[in-house]
Amino acid sequence: MMERAFFIDYSRCIGCQSCVQACAECDTHRGTSMIHLETIERRDSVQTAPQICMHCEDPICAQVCPADAIKKTPDGVVQSSLKPRCIGCSNCVLSCPFGVPKYLSNIDQMMKCDMCYDRSSVGKKPMCATVCPSGALTFTTMEEIQRTRQGIPINSWKFGAEEVKTKVYVMVPREVTRVDVDLVQIRTTAPALPKDPYDVALMLEEIQ
Amino acid sequence: MARLPVDIPTLVKDFGPTLHRIPAGGWAHTIEDEKLVKTHCCFCGQQCGIQLRVHNNKIVGFEPWEDFPFNRGKLCPKGVKRYMQDEHPDRLKHPMQRVEGKGFEAISWDFALQRVSSEIRRIQDTYGKDAFAILTGASLTNEKAYLMGKFARVALQTANIDYNGRLCMVSAGAASKKVFGIDRSANPWSDIPKAKVILVAGANIAECAPITTDYIWQARENGAKLIILDPRMTPIARNADLFIPVRSGGDIGVFNGMLHVMIERGWIDRPFIDQHTVGFEQLAETVRKYTPEYAAKIAGVPPAMIVKAAELWGPAPTSFLMHSRGIEHHTKGVDNCIAAINLVVASGRIGREGCGYAMITGQGNGQGAREQGQKCDQLPGMRDIANPEHRRYIAGIWGVPEESIPQKGLSAIPLVEAIHDGKIKGLISICFNPAISLPDANFVREALEKLEFYVNIDFFLSDTARYADVVLAGSLMEEDEGTTTSVEGRVIRHRKVVAPPGEAREDWKILCDIADRLGHGDKFRYASPREIFEEMRIASKGGVSDYFGMSWERIEENNGLFWPCPEAGHPGTPRLYENGKFGHPDGKAHFIPIEWRPSAEMPDEEYPIILTTGRVVSQFLSGNQTRRIGSLVDQYSQPLCEIHPRLAEKLGIADGDFVKVESRRGNVVVRANLVKTIRPDTVFVPYHWPLDRSANNCTIRAIDPVSNIPEFKTCAVRVSKVNQPTDPIAMLEVQAGGIQ
Ligand code: SF4
Ligand code: SF4
Repeated sequence: MMERAFFIDYSRCIGCQSCVQACAECDTHRGTSMIHLETIERRDSVQTAPQICMHCEDPICAQVCPADAIKKTPDGVVQSSLKPRCIGCSNCVLSCPFGVPKYLSNIDQMMKCDMCYDRSSVGKKPMCATVCPSGALTFTTMEEIQRTRQGIPINSWKFGAEEVKTKVYVMVPREVTRVDVDLVQIRTTAPALPKDPYDVALMLEEIQ
Repeated sequence: MARLPVDIPTLVKDFGPTLHRIPAGGWAHTIEDEKLVKTHCCFCGQQCGIQLRVHNNKIVGFEPWEDFPFNRGKLCPKGVKRYMQDEHPDRLKHPMQRVEGKGFEAISWDFALQRVSSEIRRIQDTYGKDAFAILTGASLTNEKAYLMGKFARVALQTANIDYNGRLCMVSAGAASKKVFGIDRSANPWSDIPKAKVILVAGANIAECAPITTDYIWQARENGAKLIILDPRMTPIARNADLFIPVRSGGDIGVFNGMLHVMIERGWIDRPFIDQHTVGFEQLAETVRKYTPEYAAKIAGVPPAMIVKAAELWGPAPTSFLMHSRGIEHHTKGVDNCIAAINLVVASGRIGREGCGYAMITGQGNGQGAREQGQKCDQLPGMRDIANPEHRRYIAGIWGVPEESIPQKGLSAIPLVEAIHDGKIKGLISICFNPAISLPDANFVREALEKLEFYVNIDFFLSDTARYADVVLAGSLMEEDEGTTTSVEGRVIRHRKVVAPPGEAREDWKILCDIADRLGHGDKFRYASPREIFEEMRIASKGGVSDYFGMSWERIEENNGLFWPCPEAGHPGTPRLYENGKFGHPDGKAHFIPIEWRPSAEMPDEEYPIILTTGRVVSQFLSGNQTRRIGSLVDQYSQPLCEIHPRLAEKLGIADGDFVKVESRRGNVVVRANLVKTIRPDTVFVPYHWPLDRSANNCTIRAIDPVSNIPEFKTCAVRVSKVNQPTDPIAMLEVQAGGIQ
């Protein structure tokens, strides 16, 4: 079989939380979901965004782990912490640019999305990417994604000065080659905001 | 008697809803010798394929079923957690009867069936056959739906049987029948990604038909334009090329306005209209006055939006219309649908690849359950109960004299009104929770209390079952087998995964036993649901929804078969109306001119705001099943009133405040959710919750004259800030209607 990869298309997400519910059904961590679904700002819009582990090529979480508890498999999947090693310091939780690892106090250990290693290592799709009804989370071949989507998959990010390459791809418009995330500037006065795109009252204001 | 035997908090303590959180065997349980059973989700009309994990006759989890072509493994959260309704602590495991001051006590099947049959006899002997009514449901299998209709006409000989599809598909069905001659979605879903423009009218696809999202997004990847009509910006509206925030009940303005522009600019298919339709000239005459300006006033949106919609829809090479309850739950629900369908027929884009139309069924078997003869006016195969020829055919199948089959009875709302009036004295219900799902809930509860005898068949003690004299423990979908017919018109197989627990029994066996005790056992001798299917298949022969050529084997081999399938070996009919051949005797589509008219209750000075109701993705209908599943309740735990910040500011309401939404009929007290994604003249409250958290306390008991669907989507309310309630109901947990 052609090698399959994980693709995220935020623009497709409908906020249904099927991914969150299904993640908790994955056998390695049944009962606990490792996905976050971010609600951007419900007051202003219905936009939501799923966050799975991006499986960095050079994972920062593993770099900062003082106990060397976070391992990457040969096929590039960054695993949850190794139980005997993890000291529960949460360095990884704080350092991950995507906010992925979770410290679970009940087991005093860091757990994170491992791309359903029990499934994906035997040729099955990860749980979330199987159930997602919108195709926001998809596990398929590069060829298939290029054939069926208008956007393009990229996997390079820039956080301030830090460049990160990930195993997981995100779908972006054709002209984009890298996602640049700048530090958020805290200002004393808010900049002029663009017209609120999802405010139904504004859409109706044109009625005179 | 039919009154609550004890107070609500006591009933909740004994029968839930309790939140089930941990699967049978625990989370850590990984099993080698478990088996996977391929079946379907029961929580909406999409009927997604799913595999249930079984160990020791217990359902312990699920596994996606990627080979089923409709959903290819995809599931919404209800499907993912569907298995948590099994092994549930609230599950009814034996028959029960009401005991004043105590609640319910267990009784034997023999005693229960004896009591039920003698009460049916007593009421029918005293007040006449029609004084005993049946309310049934659209989440039953085809086999059970068929059996319910036969049970009513043969065992009870009552005219008064109707079903909760009356709250769901009847407007769409009636409109389709009037225009096309057939009540079914016209196309398989595989046509959606091939359309170049898609119009979604009153359908919150992301939450109520989530699997359809991918089909629509795929169409967009292929370059389709997307138009959405909804008073709320739903999750899929965010990506629409044109979102029209129409005023609830103003849809005809948009449809007629679009057609006006299309005619003016020549974007109609003249040759198609001439060859394959009748009635276009009157329609053109009617829409002549619907200029964008005139139409926009009705729709409550800027005229430019209507023009833009016509520009997107009119000249497109292929197109797809989808509608659901948003335009159907109105006293003009049928007219709303007809006005929308007129756009499809006028464009000539129907009956070919990428061109068509679908109504999105809501309930588990929303399509099939309306075909098998459990509607007040229909016999199996969508036959007309008033048609002598149809009656004769079915009488022959059933082996009864034609005259013994009652004529048309009351539809759901008039039926409940007849209970309230004291004309109907006895009721048997299954798969229907009117205390939550019908409008004007205070009236419905009053009606239930007037019944002399009420027997309810259910697997959990629903909010309505609490009023019953006798409760018969029935079966969940996965505890029995049969078929359903999905949103596409695809007949599929549900497999028996486990046996009903304790003394609970398969619903069809319960019905056959009651029939037997009423002296009609010879007409209800089935060894299995398959035998019911065989009879139903023959009963449907020659009808509109013809299943005659189907067998369970063929259904399984083909991952479902689309009706009509009139003879063995027939491949089924995924796409209707190919080559411009429609379902009317003249083979043509019938245009029907539609004029807009106001809703039964329009906002006024006293009640100045429109209330509209609907669903959330994590709950199913009246919540009798999904309000018992912990993780689904966590996802959206209690109803919120969506209100635009501008309106909220005027009313002095902040996000999270408790508000009272009040109509002339009742009120609901819920938290405010300030969102800019709703029209500022409208508020929205989802309806899955009971008692003081029931949006249906406010809704109006006004129905469409043709379909008899209630006007759930529009009524007039006022909204005010109130203190957090502290009464005994409020003290209950959220899933029971409280706020804790
Ligand atoms: S399942 Fe898919 S659509 Fe639903 S919330 Fe998750 S990513 Fe979004
Ligand atoms: S509720 Fe409907 S969409 Fe959700 S999984 Fe079940 S059948 Fe599919």
